[in-house]
Amino acid sequence: MVSSFFQENEFFLDQSRCIGCQACVQACGECDTHRGHAMIHLEYIDRPTGVQTAPVVCMHCEDPTCAKVCPADAIKQDDDGIVHSAAKPRCVSCSNCVIACPFGVPKMNQGYELMMKCDMCYDRTSVGKKPMCATVCPSDALFFGKREEIERIRQEKPVNEFQFGMQTVKTKVNMMTAPEADNVPVDISDFMAGSTFQLPQSRSGAPDAALSAVFELPEIVRLAKDQPVEELHV
Amino acid sequence: MAKLSLPEESYADQFGPHLNYQPEDGWDTREPDKLVDTHCCFCGVQCGVTLKVKENKVIGFEPREDFPVNKGKLCPKGVKRYLQNEHPDRLKSPLVADSITGFRKASWDEAYSKTADEIKRIQEKYGKDAFAFLGGASMTNEKAYLNGKFARVALQTANIDYNGRLCMVSAGAANKIAFGIDRAANPWSDIPKAKTIILAGTNLAECFPVLTQYIWQARDNGAKIIVIDPRITPIARTADLFLPVKPGRDSALANGILHQLIKNDWIDQDYLDNHTDGWDEVAATVEKFTPEYTEKITGVPAASVVKAGELWGPVDTSMLLHARGIEHHTKGVENVLSYMNLVLATGRIGKEGCGYGSITGQGNGQGGREHGQRCNQLPGGRDINNKEHREHIAKIWGVEEQSLPYEGLTACEIIDAIEEGKIKGLLSISFNPLVSIPDSDRTRKALEKLEFFGCIDFFMNETARYADVVLAGSLQEEDEGTVTTGEGRCVKLNQSVTPPGDAKTDWQIICDLAARLGKKDYFDYTNTGQIFEELARASAGGVNDYSGMTWERIEQEQGVFWPCPSPSHPGTPRLFEDKKFYHPNGRAKMKGFDYRPPAEDVCEEYPIMYTTGRVVSQYLSGTQTRRIGSLVDQYPEPLCEMHPMLAEQLGIKDGDTVKVSSRRGSIILPAQVVQTIRPDTVFIPYHWADKKAANQLTNRKLDPISKIPEFKICACKVEKLEDAPTKFIPLAGQIAGKPPSAPVKFYPKPPERFANS
Repeated sequence: MVSSFFQENEFFLDQSRCIGCQACVQACGECDTHRGHAMIHLEYIDRPTGVQTAPVVCMHCEDPTCAKVCPADAIKQDDDGIVHSAAKPRCVSCSNCVIACPFGVPKMNQGYELMMKCDMCYDRTSVGKKPMCATVCPSDALFFGKREEIERIRQEKPVNEFQFGMQTVKTKVNMMTAPEADNVPVDISDFMAGSTFQLPQSRSGAPDAALSAVFELPEIVRLAKDQPVEELHV
Repeated sequence: MAKLSLPEESYADQFGPHLNYQPEDGWDTREPDKLVDTHCCFCGVQCGVTLKVKENKVIGFEPREDFPVNKGKLCPKGVKRYLQNEHPDRLKSPLVADSITGFRKASWDEAYSKTADEIKRIQEKYGKDAFAFLGGASMTNEKAYLNGKFARVALQTANIDYNGRLCMVSAGAANKIAFGIDRAANPWSDIPKAKTIILAGTNLAECFPVLTQYIWQARDNGAKIIVIDPRITPIARTADLFLPVKPGRDSALANGILHQLIKNDWIDQDYLDNHTDGWDEVAATVEKFTPEYTEKITGVPAASVVKAGELWGPVDTSMLLHARGIEHHTKGVENVLSYMNLVLATGRIGKEGCGYGSITGQGNGQGGREHGQRCNQLPGGRDINNKEHREHIAKIWGVEEQSLPYEGLTACEIIDAIEEGKIKGLLSISFNPLVSIPDSDRTRKALEKLEFFGCIDFFMNETARYADVVLAGSLQEEDEGTVTTGEGRCVKLNQSVTPPGDAKTDWQIICDLAARLGKKDYFDYTNTGQIFEELARASAGGVNDYSGMTWERIEQEQGVFWPCPSPSHPGTPRLFEDKKFYHPNGRAKMKGFDYRPPAEDVCEEYPIMYTTGRVVSQYLSGTQTRRIGSLVDQYPEPLCEMHPMLAEQLGIKDGDTVKVSSRRGSIILPAQVVQTIRPDTVFIPYHWADKKAANQLTNRKLDPISKIPEFKICACKVEKLEDAPTKFIPLAGQIAGKPPSAPVKFYPKPPERFANS
């Protein structure tokens, strides 16, 4: 039976708002049961071309793939729908879960021979506190609160259904996306060589106008390449 | 002191920076004795944070969701700030320079005697002003007040200044010129109400991360965001309009936008006629700044200048936020005033969602500049050359007006004067000029010339290595007091722990030194609260009026905005609501400036523009944040950002070791080839010391009004270092773990005297 705290509050993830500061990663390690280990990660999408970063927290799937593929039955989901790190006595550190997770969440801690992952700060959320990452996130890329509130303050729409090829994955964590979308389709072939698929350049609510293409504008290229000195004498 | 008696590595080995990764007693025993509600020690947001305290040690933090500005939000520095407490590098007793070991432990009596004797000797021999004082803007209002009083009453020197001279002074001077008051005009809560926001020269998401949420709330409400920066910073990525300005051309860009406002009649003529002076001259100045002309100077496409005018011009509400990007220039004041013209010309000020704010880099960037630790200022924002102001403060302090010094030298000028031999002695607190002042080679030479250098700090910063006496002072959490945030809100810091070992609180050290100089009666405080009461009294009747505030009230109301002239006054979150400015005639002053080039521009030999700034995981000169392991891991060492187009011209690939040189020095570091910076500019963050210091290259030319140095533009050349032995050049002393308790290690060999004995 899901506790009233989790009935009222949900996790919302909007990676387009991420500023890459890593406050979430640093704070994750400070959660009392995490003891210095950050269970989430944050990555640049492609630093050579831009500064977009993406925080990765566990999406806490309704029917978690990581648990389904675990040969040792080490990954458990509790009544609140939180999918936990592998249980130490059972985990055989085979990394099946690491490979199988559609979101790339679990990590194998080689030193501990244990899969460790985001547990939505269960020591905090189980006593009615917000998860550490969503509390500190200075840009609200990670938000924990009421659905009515986020629907009131944001233009984006929370979606918790993802389409990976034939597999539909429903998650506890919501992803903020374009208002017209009902689910987030992710097809691996879109990203393989020869694909003609292109990610949309911008969407309402979170424009991505400052693409680095601005520096390829003829005016700037001319100034940079041809006349770095002369043009100063205006 | 003369040259360092040991190699720099030896100081680093003894005093750090070492990296602290976890609480002193590990992660297992973290049940705190008490929780203390206070604020983060970094940047001018002053986020509320709760520190966990056990056995007089800070062992962790808890987000503090009741403070209305950040509501629990923090940046990575705020999360890990607690690891500076109980740090193995923490200075726990006074130190006196020693030619064999570098420093030896000393008693307070010895350290005080030596300091006071040297102050007296130097001042008797060379005059009072030959001894200077340098303070810091990370300190509380109480300490800033005390520093000013100490210099004027105990040292009686004119030469006191502070490191806000490297930070906020261009904004401060411009505010004073335009409005007669030096403060952001609006609370941050006005940001989400604005329909257009200009972020001029502010890497907001990395330097003021918590304010990002305010900007994006505005965007959710339909606002348009204009970002002006030579780099695509994380906040620029999401801008509606990005203006990639060339470093050093900011006033021209502001003029270009104003030109558009006039052309399209988006100005509020009524407001200009009734509440401002100088508009006609401003309008005449910007007449020639057509989009094409502006493009030629600024490198911003003409179409983007037009678009900026369209976004800023016709809206009902707007906010201008600016920072060091436009202020760190020899025309920093001109840049700020030029942008202020956009605010005043539209009359969008003093109303909900309308106004301006400055992103204050230092923890007490606002309060640190108000209470008299500036060379030209007395408490309450008063003028040290004004007879009436002097008499008011002399009366509060119980001294003769004639005994107060007049205006002295600014921070960089003090370092210059030391180099020229005019200043012989220096006492500094919370200031690391060797890292933070441009042209570090000259700073080092100046330090070597001092006859006496005393330093008050909690860690051995790189400058303190040159000290004759180091007095172990206090961290922010080891004392209490108030700071004034970037929005003008005075908040209360609460003491979490007492200073460890023999370390003392900063205010005690200053008062003890004053007593040694025979001025005990003027510094007879028994707690910090008395200093605040005196500060509030001294500020009464000044522009920066705190006289209606008490600590209790500040805590109860989650901060009080000055001016607050009486206990019944609610404080002033938003200035100018009555359309009255703080000049005698009540009108704002507008000034127009034609474009003039930076002090050093590119040439054949140095063809690339060099600019500096911050990264999110480090704070200022890094004295605190270079000691916190997980923050160092996030961005371990400086990188030279450059565009692939420039890299290709120079034959450089991502990760190559490059040498960047200017007329003043050079730095060797890895290249980071990214498309997020102008192709004619390179960027290096400035938090590192010694051979990794970005300020080895920067230009110490000053703004004529604010005396801020030109950190943001100088000319450089970049070369690939073909025979680099390794891509990673280790930083002196950045060794994980604790310092050795064994005897001092010598690099590369012990001094001869020591080896022979």
